[in-house]
Amino acid sequence: MLDCGLDMTSTLNFLPLPLVQSPRLSNLPGWSLKDGNAFLDKELKECSGHVFVDSVPEFCLPETELIDLSTVDVILISNYHCMMALPYITEHTGFTGTVYATEPTVQIGRLLMEELVNFIERVPKAQSASLWKNKDIQRLLPSPLKDAVEVSTWRRCYTMQEVNSALSKIQLVGYSQKIELFGAVQVTPLSSGYALGSSNWIIQSHYEKVSYVSGSSLLTTHPQPMDQASLKNSDVLVLTGLTQIPTANPDGMVGEFCSNLALTVRNGGNVLVPCYPSGVIYDLLECLYQYIDSAGLSNIPFYFISPVANSSLEFSQIFAEWLCHNKQTKVYLPEPPFPHAELIQTNKLKHYPSLHGDFSSDFRQPCVVFTGHPSLRFGDVVHFMELWGKSSLNTVIFTEPDFSYLEALAPYQPLAMKCIYCPIDTRLNFIQVSKLLKEVQPLHVVCPEQYTQPPPAQSHRMDLMIDCQPPAMSYRRAEVLALPFKRRYEKIEIMPELADSLVPMEIKPGISLATVSAVLHTKDNKHVLQPPPRPTQPTGGKKRKRASDDIPDCKVLKPLLSGSIPVEQFVQALEKHGFSDVKVEDTAKGHIVLLQEAETLIQIEEDSTHIICDNDEMLRVRLRDLVLKFLQKF
Amino acid sequence: MGRGVTGLAPACLRASQLELFSPGAPGWPFGDFHALPGRRLCGRPLQIRQVARPGAGPEAAEGRGAGLSSLIMDPECSQLLPALCSVLADPRQPVTDDTCLEKLLDWFKTITEAGSSLLLLQENPCLLGLLCHVLKPQDLSPRVLAFSLRLAGMLAAQEDCFQYLQGDSSLFVASAAGQLLVHVLGLSLQGPAEGHPGLQTGDWPVCAQKIVSHIEESLRSAATPQITQALNVLTTTFGHCHNPWTQVLWVRLSPLVARLLEKDPVPAAHSLVDLLLSVARSPVLSSSSCGLWETLAQTLSHLSPTQAGPLALGILKLQECPQALRAQAFAVLLQPLTCVLEATAQAPGLLDSWDGTGGASVTVDTLLASKAACVGLLCRTLAHLELLQPLPQRPSPWPQAPLLGATVTILRLCSGSATPTSDAGGHLCAFLVGCVRVQRAALDFLGTLSRGTGPRELVTQVFAVLLEYLTSPDSSPTVLKKAFQATFRWLQSSPETPGCSDLDPHAQLFLRELLPVLPKRLCSPCWEVRDSGLEFLTQMIGRWGGQAGFRRALLASEVPELTEQLLRDPESYVRASAVAAMGQLSSQGLRVTPASPEHPGGQQKSLLAELLHILSTDSEGFPRRAVMHVFTQWLRDGHADVAADTERFVARVLQVASQDLDWEVRAQGLELALVFLEQTLGRPSSHCPYAVTPPVAAPPGPLAQALRPLCRVQLFEFAFRALFDCDRPVAQKSCDLLLFLRAQTASYSGPQGSGSVPEVASVEAALQRWQAGDQGQPLGYLEPEVVVAVLRSMDLEGLRGALAESSDRVEKSPQSLLQDMLATVGALGEDEADCY
Repeated sequence: MLDCGLDMTSTLNFLPLPLVQSPRLSNLPGWSLKDGNAFLDKELKECSGHVFVDSVPEFCLPETELIDLSTVDVILISNYHCMMALPYITEHTGFTGTVYATEPTVQIGRLLMEELVNFIERVPKAQSASLWKNKDIQRLLPSPLKDAVEVSTWRRCYTMQEVNSALSKIQLVGYSQKIELFGAVQVTPLSSGYALGSSNWIIQSHYEKVSYVSGSSLLTTHPQPMDQASLKNSDVLVLTGLTQIPTANPDGMVGEFCSNLALTVRNGGNVLVPCYPSGVIYDLLECLYQYIDSAGLSNIPFYFISPVANSSLEFSQIFAEWLCHNKQTKVYLPEPPFPHAELIQTNKLKHYPSLHGDFSSDFRQPCVVFTGHPSLRFGDVVHFMELWGKSSLNTVIFTEPDFSYLEALAPYQPLAMKCIYCPIDTRLNFIQVSKLLKEVQPLHVVCPEQYTQPPPAQSHRMDLMIDCQPPAMSYRRAEVLALPFKRRYEKIEIMPELADSLVPMEIKPGISLATVSAVLHTKDNKHVLQPPPRPTQPTGGKKRKRASDDIPDCKVLKPLLSGSIPVEQFVQALEKHGFSDVKVEDTAKGHIVLLQEAETLIQIEEDSTHIICDNDEMLRVRLRDLVLKFLQKF
Repeated sequence: MGRGVTGLAPACLRASQLELFSPGAPGWPFGDFHALPGRRLCGRPLQIRQVARPGAGPEAAEGRGAGLSSLIMDPECSQLLPALCSVLADPRQPVTDDTCLEKLLDWFKTITEAGSSLLLLQENPCLLGLLCHVLKPQDLSPRVLAFSLRLAGMLAAQEDCFQYLQGDSSLFVASAAGQLLVHVLGLSLQGPAEGHPGLQTGDWPVCAQKIVSHIEESLRSAATPQITQALNVLTTTFGHCHNPWTQVLWVRLSPLVARLLEKDPVPAAHSLVDLLLSVARSPVLSSSSCGLWETLAQTLSHLSPTQAGPLALGILKLQECPQALRAQAFAVLLQPLTCVLEATAQAPGLLDSWDGTGGASVTVDTLLASKAACVGLLCRTLAHLELLQPLPQRPSPWPQAPLLGATVTILRLCSGSATPTSDAGGHLCAFLVGCVRVQRAALDFLGTLSRGTGPRELVTQVFAVLLEYLTSPDSSPTVLKKAFQATFRWLQSSPETPGCSDLDPHAQLFLRELLPVLPKRLCSPCWEVRDSGLEFLTQMIGRWGGQAGFRRALLASEVPELTEQLLRDPESYVRASAVAAMGQLSSQGLRVTPASPEHPGGQQKSLLAELLHILSTDSEGFPRRAVMHVFTQWLRDGHADVAADTERFVARVLQVASQDLDWEVRAQGLELALVFLEQTLGRPSSHCPYAVTPPVAAPPGPLAQALRPLCRVQLFEFAFRALFDCDRPVAQKSCDLLLFLRAQTASYSGPQGSGSVPEVASVEAALQRWQAGDQGQPLGYLEPEVVVAVLRSMDLEGLRGALAESSDRVEKSPQSLLQDMLATVGALGEDEADCY
């Protein structure tokens, strides 16, 4: 199984979970059907024309109908964002396999899961809505609830215990490490340049190579650069995890982010940045580190609030080997690779596990707050949205591309604060993909259907799709796709003593052949040729019988033939042997030699010769011997 | 980044002024002899090398080789020359610095222009030896070869010398170098063919015939380099010689040239275009009926769209040319834009009427062949049209509207906002999205198009696309700069409201949308963006600062406050631009009280004080120079803060400026001093402030009175210090200022003679000490009489003359050059070498 992501957009259908009681949210009117029927008013609430489920947010799990997940042997994880569904798989499906991921992926993935669990568990909600999921009722609901797919499979968040158990099933791997999977294939993670420890995977046998490229970046940010060279010579390249906002250039967005932040703070407003506790936030802090002085913002406090804020900031500094070259060299100076260390030291950046406690006493405005969750449905961000939403001086800047910012804002309407959308997605865009494919030159590209056509809203943008030759094979949800290659060859090992016994015969200069009699031993997809057991003396009884069952009969071997038959000389030979009426016809595959009187055909082709004569075994044997004279035997 | 608005050139290397005044030389202002520190006054002539050091210096900007003034070869140089020639002829001693060779050529040029080349060759046989030597096949560097060929060409330019050279036939046999061939051809035909224009090539001198045959042979060759060489020779020939024989030559060779067009692809297309244009520009050839226009038309249709562009532009620039050919050429230039319009389903309109070539499909093929081809063709086309637009001979009617439409469309294709309606359009869009090169070219051209008008809806589209670029986070800093420039030009060209010189309502509407964008740009993390935003702002205030509509919009925005904030930007260019913008804002009364979170309710610091602070403390030169420009302008305009106490202001500024390490700041200080001087004494009658006007009878009393403020602000101390400034432009400027002042005071009947007042003597003594490098002691307050007496006793004219001479004339002497070249290859003894 390649990756194990969790679709969190389902949470956008739910009301936010406020950290402290929100009169506004708790007083939202219940929703009733057009005919006035209000049986759903406890489950569904209405806010500015949108309907939300008033319940603990639920997540949409990976597809489970198509495949029995208990039969999955291995899960390969690309990056920490792509493992958020892991506890659902490992703990509830009978999965007994192994998960492979790099160390930063696991550590930061754990932080993301921990934060998620914490956000949801710390505001227990008594109510659990399920009535609306009834298919007959769902049909009556307004969009987008009406159109939500597979709502019956939506699940509440996992627990920390499940997270720990899931993570214990992960085996850590390093870049370029070769991992044998049951002898069948070898898998290798490669740096993908997108996040700390993010990987692309190579899955290869001795003769075939499949690359799985997911969540990669060619930009120079904090992680190790993408390893492109190792992707070369792939039979198939599975390509996914491209940027979600192909029209937004990350550099331009960072510029927008900084300018809007400065303008807001300058006017005495606060800036709220809903974000994940790891990833782009490191780059944003680094940008701000360089920017705040030039923008005269040195005295503005920056707060980073997350249950895992401290661990995230510290982890980033210790994964030196997973960082880009510049940051790695800093470690040897020794200096912290990320400048946020200095921001913390100079008290410009302060971090807190939650807005309770120290934060409330330190809190100073105007300020900039980085906090989760980017869906705006849970986490400390809900509180700041409630607190700052009423003033047009404040600004919320969306930088995470995973959620539609308009949908995220829907339960907070009407909103006075300014909203800026600066999605920063450093993953590959289509221009970079096209360069990558030119460089790597896979025989086939396989990708989601969406990548093979321009986005529906910009159908003229031919540049916003994968353009490669041969055209990419696309797949859609729940579609089964046969990858365009066949396993034709297997590597077979030959035991030394058997190799010793071979007597090669040169059939052409440089090419020798030898006959081999051996036992092919196959175990764990490894094939070994072993010397055949010596024929045991017949001792009679059951034992002998069993032995002969096991070992194929060692009949006297017929010699093997090689070479080709020169037709002219063959005809001469026939004539010499008394066949006078020989006629030769050329065919597409070779020749037919006709012995008219004997009513006999000799069909000579590249890899076969047939003698077709009418019940004259003597003649056939004569002719066969003539043919054999022209071939080599060994 | 260039400094557009403030006109401040970035600092390059600066060289200290090496040569001050030779004792007793005309430039020496006083009679006495003083040994100058740092100079060697022993036997060998001064060999003070320029030592480049960082900082701003005028010397670096000067052309090289201007100071090789010796007109004859002196014996010292003659002695050095053989050694140098053998160094040049030796491939084992490579000459790495070809500027030396350039200088050497310059020197030879001066010598040959002043005297006889023949004599030069006869007296220095080593030169001929070198010329002969380089012709032998060997591993000589192309630099030396080129040098030798150019030298030979230069020498051959004189008839007697040409004859002398002709004696060595191997030169002509071996040399195929274009320049020389042209010279030789020209010279050989000067005598015989000139008198008889009808003379056929068969009657030409043997040597000319040989050259023509060689060219013919080359033109027939299959090797492109040979063809290129032949074409280049012809281009130079027709470019330089306009004698009747060139017509004979062209008639003979044009069939061969035309035959090149039959090849596919056309070989050496670039050189062919150059040749044809050179022929077309030749008055002898273009007026004759030698099939030139037909060849040009044929070439236009044979060349690829990319190659045909420069030819089309060249044709359209011709003063006289058949109308049909002009139409064809213009069609070639317009073709790519027509394709763009068609690809986006817009009627090309007037562009159609120019399209008579039928080359559309080739152009479309080029545009769609590859991204590189598409981008290249569009950029070139836009650049050509931009060059063509302002010319009086540009085609008429000028298709302004379709060109505007096409340019706007290209910009939209680049930003991804255009909607192509065909496959071709889709491809164009895919090629152009995000292409910075095309964006820059299109914005430049769009700016140029602002000189014409356009239909209202198109102008609206222009502003819309400009706003799109100014707003887009994806606009690169350079694109943004161009967008700002184009915006300013379009705003400038928008019609003014009748009755007042304010922006027209449409432009005002645009401005209302633009002003919210500007603060964001001023807050950009990219300093180039902040800088171009400020430059744009300064231009805008300069143009509309007095207009009510603009003032209202500006004051309602955060722009003035942000601009003030940028005075403390970490980037010095931005600080400089902010200084210029603040100067303008303040001049127009548009500065607002800052209410930043850091200074809530804080007292507004006077901008004058803030700028003075920058002038005295900023570590970079640009902001300080910008402050001096603003102060000068303020003084000139009578800015309120300045007018409050002008003397105090000038005194303070001069005091700070005199201590500045940047010569441009000090020079600008003199500019400010001059403005003050003019305001105090009255404007000079001449337009040129430095022109020495005939003495006007000025009554002594009032003049002394008038000089007193100058004395109080210590202007003279500043000017005298500047007179001995180590940077020449400062010294020159000061000298001019003092000359002007002296002329103003000529009629002043104060104490005459420098020795008559003891104070004068003491000032002179102090000045001599300053000149000697000891500038520690200030002059203190000077009475007007003393100043006048000192001014009269100084040889300011002589000083000006000395300063006008290149400061590094010793260093640039031919002898020094020869020694340098020999020293770098170690041909001189180490102890003698005076190396860098």
